Amino acid sequence: MSTVTALLDRPAAATARRGALLRSPARLAPLVLLAAVALVLVFPGMFATHAPEATDVAAALRPPGAAHWLGTDQLGRDVWSRLVHGTRLSLLIAVGATLIGVGGGALLGLVAGCGGQRVDFALMRVVDVLLGFPELLLALVVVALLGGGTVNVAIAIGTAGVPHYARLVRGQARLVLRSEYVEAARVLGVPAWRSVLRHVLPNVGGPLVVLASIGLGSAIISGSGLSVLGLGPVPPEADWGSMVADGKDFLQTAWWISIAPGLAVSVVVVCTTLIGRSLQLRAVR
Amino acid sequence: MSDRARLVPRRRVPPWARFVARRLAAGLVVVWGTLTVTFFALHLAPGDIVDGLIGPGAAATPALRDQVIAENGLDDPLLVQYGRQLAQLASGGLGWSYQLNEPIERLLGSQLGPTVELAVSALITALVLAVLAATLTAGRGRVVRGAAGLAELLMVSMPSFWLGIILLTVFSYRLHALPSIGADGPAALVLPTLALALPLAGVLAQVIRQELESADGRPFVLTARSRGLGATAVLLRHTLRHALLPLTTLAGFVLGSLFGGAVLVENIFTRPGLGRVLANAVGSRDLPVVSALVVISSAAFVLINTLVDVLHPLIDPRLREGGTA
Repeated sequence: MSTVTALLDRPAAATARRGALLRSPARLAPLVLLAAVALVLVFPGMFATHAPEATDVAAALRPPGAAHWLGTDQLGRDVWSRLVHGTRLSLLIAVGATLIGVGGGALLGLVAGCGGQRVDFALMRVVDVLLGFPELLLALVVVALLGGGTVNVAIAIGTAGVPHYARLVRGQARLVLRSEYVEAARVLGVPAWRSVLRHVLPNVGGPLVVLASIGLGSAIISGSGLSVLGLGPVPPEADWGSMVADGKDFLQTAWWISIAPGLAVSVVVVCTTLIGRSLQLRAVR
Repeated sequence: MSDRARLVPRRRVPPWARFVARRLAAGLVVVWGTLTVTFFALHLAPGDIVDGLIGPGAAATPALRDQVIAENGLDDPLLVQYGRQLAQLASGGLGWSYQLNEPIERLLGSQLGPTVELAVSALITALVLAVLAATLTAGRGRVVRGAAGLAELLMVSMPSFWLGIILLTVFSYRLHALPSIGADGPAALVLPTLALALPLAGVLAQVIRQELESADGRPFVLTARSRGLGATAVLLRHTLRHALLPLTTLAGFVLGSLFGGAVLVENIFTRPGLGRVLANAVGSRDLPVVSALVVISSAAFVLINTLVDVLHPLIDPRLREGGTA
């Protein structure tokens, strides 16, 4: 993500061609796939073939087949139905984390970018130190402080993302504040806080959305990673990561339990990354 | 005379040594800051430290609680405890693990080897794969570059734990070619190395290929070609060196992704190592171990970045003093 941030440290070009996103099939495919995933998220009942928590010990560890499309796990639960129902938790953790990261980062970045030199210096040194740590490590530290569970994992990953967004917002804020129209506003007697709301925020929004769309992918990876380590949702709640963890001990006999949710994570991350990249190309152009 | 007296001792310290000293001092401030933040976060965190020390096994009677508080000096003011921790760290001690009842430096010392082994072999593998992939695909036709771009995208998007699970399923449980768990011998290192190296190779290959392509047609390449060097010789002797330079600035990122990845990969492959220690410590909220690992990784991060800044002018003549960049 840090290489992306470097690319985005410039004001967004407002000349992006609208509709270009929809014209190329390579750009359309991830959008369609994500729309399908969103549909599954909102209406899991339409897609699940079994109740996700219904156990059937007689049908435990069945390979994929007609009755169970993706097989069953050690308790005889249908892997496909669990995958469908796990979509909501996996994506809510990632989206929640991204929102926390964007919100915290925007606040911190605005304070640093619009505040005095000392505030800026102090905040940015903290951000620099945090940027040195891998996101998963930062998230692990926060989980160690707060404990595990769905909400805490989202908070942890969100917190780990804050420095990235803060750096972006701070850079944009500095650029906008130095621009002539803000100076003109100041001459006209517009107070500083109004300039921040009316001029800085809207200009920061575009690049922030681009970075967030790429950050969403890494939030999904980090979130499922924490769940794989057993720190995520508490059973019987399950996201894709905790499904991977469940199947880890049965790889020798029943590979499908872990492989299917891992594939789901990868597909969604590929889609968000592709969308993020095309947004980024439009912004840089 | 007085001017001379002031100048002479200054000249004895070469500029690079002063540069290193300044960087290390700044790094020490970073490590101190990390330690301070983790110390206060640890003491302000929800949940009682005394309960953590007693552990879930024993009944926390008031007498036992008082004993634990007295033994660990937990009734001292926070600043006194903070000073004690700094003094302890200065003498090389990292503290005491809540859960494992062992000095942390001994615990980490025994686990450091396997992680370093894994990280180094993954780093070498990732570099070799990335250089190979980049040199073979740079400047080729649309199809080759498209395929390479897709492969890199997949490598970057696949979580390392899933890659590990696929490798385990295919090579250990289906083909019975490689061991699935443990850290005995080189065969046990192959699969974890790949799981850790492939995502990293995806990132590095993108960077190297971009550099290789931007070098194409640059004056130094044309000069070398006009001296009669073949395309391969130019690639090996000039272009590749140019393309590998930016990688040194990624050293901190690489270190971070290796350690972050090791947490998951060691867990999947049931390998001993620092990553598993961290995951277990987080799971059991063994806060002294977590903060010790945070301080150590910030120190490692500072060291690697200082090293990069020192080595950079040695690798790139343009950055030497007096040179024009």
